[in-house]
Amino acid sequence: MMTEISLNILDVAQNSVRANATQISIAIKADTKKDCLCVVIADNGCGMTKEQVENVENPFFTTRTTRKVGLGVPFFKLAAEITGGSFRIDSVINEGTTVFAKFVLSSIDRMPLGDISATMYTLITMNTDKNFYYVYEVDDRKFILDTAEFKNILGDIPLNSPEVSDYIKGFLEENRHEVDNGIVL
Amino acid sequence: MKSLEELKSIREKMQAQVGLRAEEKDLTRIVVGMATCGIAAGARPVLTAFSDMVQQNGTKNVMVTQTGCIGLCMYEPIVEITVPGSEKVTYVKMDAEKAKEVFEQHIVRGQIVDKYTIK
Repeated sequence: MMTEISLNILDVAQNSVRANATQISIAIKADTKKDCLCVVIADNGCGMTKEQVENVENPFFTTRTTRKVGLGVPFFKLAAEITGGSFRIDSVINEGTTVFAKFVLSSIDRMPLGDISATMYTLITMNTDKNFYYVYEVDDRKFILDTAEFKNILGDIPLNSPEVSDYIKGFLEENRHEVDNGIVL
Repeated sequence: MKSLEELKSIREKMQAQVGLRAEEKDLTRIVVGMATCGIAAGARPVLTAFSDMVQQNGTKNVMVTQTGCIGLCMYEPIVEITVPGSEKVTYVKMDAEKAKEVFEQHIVRGQIVDKYTIK
């Protein structure tokens, strides 16, 4: 079981990486008036067949060969649904997959969002060949991190070189703080 | 708000340094298992600790990467370290504190930390 929503996001986004996506977008949107926290992970990877989509929520379905269970998606779905929220996967083969999870913000059963900046930092610096488009939104304030924009500025300097990854870490943390004023989501 | 101007100045500074990138075969590899099992067991702080140590110490020729599940889920978080010319060493049940110790002993001083390796 994961202890933070951000760990579920890290795990489920690895599926996009393994699906050979080149563009992965991750959006976190908290709305205190509507009392919801929405997470959307969308990629342009290989997608899934109808049969795979039907099976992906089953913990005993996995495409791996190292073990017989696949808990990533079931964990994420459970985390959303126990709050009274919802969960959905849309996928088109050869076009991509989108995962939607909606959490009820005030539910006592909702795990904290946790260190979402660490999740994004890990994803971006470990998969420098992919483009990440990250949106973090709380009520009417938001910030966007688009690695395509960073790469345009940097040219051939890699995103995981120490100076750049340090900048990315600072960018994520400072902007997050400006958007949510340090409240714990 | 951190600006993109700052990124531009990083680029200019770095372009001035002539590429001294190490060849693949000379790299020490730190590989952290980051599948569901690893993440649930606490792999993210382990990975971050190694990245931070490399950054803070300005260590050259070290690459921190991730891998999927290697089938030993009960021993996660698992970290594999390969120093060029030596056998791969597998550390198990890691956390951020142990990662710092392993970095200082194994990466910096070349001493394998036996107590955290798999028997």
